[in-house]
Amino acid sequence: MRNVSKVFSNGTLALKDMSLDVHRGEFLSLLGPSGCGKSTALRIIAGLGAPSSGDIDWPSSKINARGLPEGDVGFVFQEPTLMPWQTVWGNVYLPLRLTGVRKGDADARIMEALSAVGLADFTKSYPRELSGGMKMRVSIARALVTKPKLLLMDEPFAALDEITRQKLNDDVLRLWRETGITVIFVTHSVFESAFLSNRIVVMRARPGQVYADLPLVTSAVRDENYRTSEEYRATTDTVSRALQEAIMRGAQAK
Amino acid sequence: MSQIAAISDGEAGTDSAVTMVTNRTGTVERVLSIVIPIVMVLLAIAAWQTHIVVNQVPRYIMPAPLDVIRALVTDWGTLYPSLLVTLRITFSALAIALVGGVGLAIILVQSKWIELALFPFAVILQVTPMIAIAPLLLIYMPDTQSALLTCAFVVAFFPILSNMVAGLKGVDHNLLNLFELYGASRWQTLIHLKLPSAMPYFAAGLRIGGGLSLIASVVAEFAAGSAGKGAGLAFRLLESGYRLNYPRLYAALLLLMLTGVAIFALTSLISWLLLHRWHESAIKREN
Repeated sequence: MRNVSKVFSNGTLALKDMSLDVHRGEFLSLLGPSGCGKSTALRIIAGLGAPSSGDIDWPSSKINARGLPEGDVGFVFQEPTLMPWQTVWGNVYLPLRLTGVRKGDADARIMEALSAVGLADFTKSYPRELSGGMKMRVSIARALVTKPKLLLMDEPFAALDEITRQKLNDDVLRLWRETGITVIFVTHSVFESAFLSNRIVVMRARPGQVYADLPLVTSAVRDENYRTSEEYRATTDTVSRALQEAIMRGAQAK
Repeated sequence: MSQIAAISDGEAGTDSAVTMVTNRTGTVERVLSIVIPIVMVLLAIAAWQTHIVVNQVPRYIMPAPLDVIRALVTDWGTLYPSLLVTLRITFSALAIALVGGVGLAIILVQSKWIELALFPFAVILQVTPMIAIAPLLLIYMPDTQSALLTCAFVVAFFPILSNMVAGLKGVDHNLLNLFELYGASRWQTLIHLKLPSAMPYFAAGLRIGGGLSLIASVVAEFAAGSAGKGAGLAFRLLESGYRLNYPRLYAALLLLMLTGVAIFALTSLISWLLLHRWHESAIKREN
């Protein structure tokens, strides 16, 4: 992502010359105050809305008509965004269906994705029968069913309660370790980003830009013990301070 | 008794007892929900019959229920062909309105410009009182039947169209983004997203349109008039009125009413079939 700017039609400058290199296999969190353009940046990466200027470069050579690497990107929205008239199975089938994979051929892949999020027994349920956390899991399974190389997550757990969120964080980390996928995770939670990422990019608002780029290297296994460890506390302190400064800059610019 | 025994064999406890009690009230409630409406209607008919007999109301003012039923049987040869005419007009109009309304809605939402170009005509057709244009249609259409059909169609068409347009436009934006992300074509988005998502609106339009097509086919026949073999129930109503044959008039009215109830039941059933698995409107609240 190079020098990307985005001006909305109402004249708001959401992003100004934002540059970001994402490395293969990274778990990168985009952290920032609301309105700093982190979701906008993510949507631009996903090809939902073109940047006003600047380019997105992909390492892959197969680029489809919409400037995206074919089938390489999965997206998890803030809301579960499930089709209420489809079963869990049908919802996860959607990305494959749209690319012309037949039901019979898709089944094994769908079941694999659903097993990965622990919902293999719920294929015939409708979204309204599921809890908020389970809906989010279906949404993650749907993003994973195409076996993308890059997973984009836009504050996926913001609306969930703390306990469900921690559980899902653990699951996302496990999936990331098992699949070697690259993740860009947008969040406004210092704790979430510190727990999950091996790199945190703090953004500032007005205009949206990268404020700090914090690599996070730890030898510790990120589990329940890590949440209460001294190292985790130090990390959250550093990240909090950076975020605080970023917010100050944004406020001064107002 | 055996029920209680079975429960104590299984996971006994207060919960099971509560479940059993709820079940019983459930059955009672279900039986009552069928019995009460039927009993009320029967009581009303009985009150009507009593009123006629006790007050000796002459038959040319208001017939008794038994007179109506007698008329229904003796005049069946006249009424039945008329019922068929009315049914044919109503259902043909509804069918054309469904195809036209859904089809035009799909075309309208494809582009803002098409909508701007076509919507005025749809609105003009809707707001002009149909009864006022019915005599004109009678002149322009090749025969009475097609004039009546056109009237009923125009009236049933608009609610279906406007509901479908609202439904097709009211698709969750996040889901639209999702479809765009996976490179869905316009056609795929229509089939897999917009049409299913518009189903609750379609069901609403269907129910309104179904009721209106019957009303419109009756009103149009009043306004346009018809006679002889092609006469519908509305003509029989007028004719019986002129001849002071009130039992037959009431019999025709009864047939119209039953037709309306049947259309309501049918459209409700269709909307239940479409929605019962997922839409809140068709699902019992679980608390």
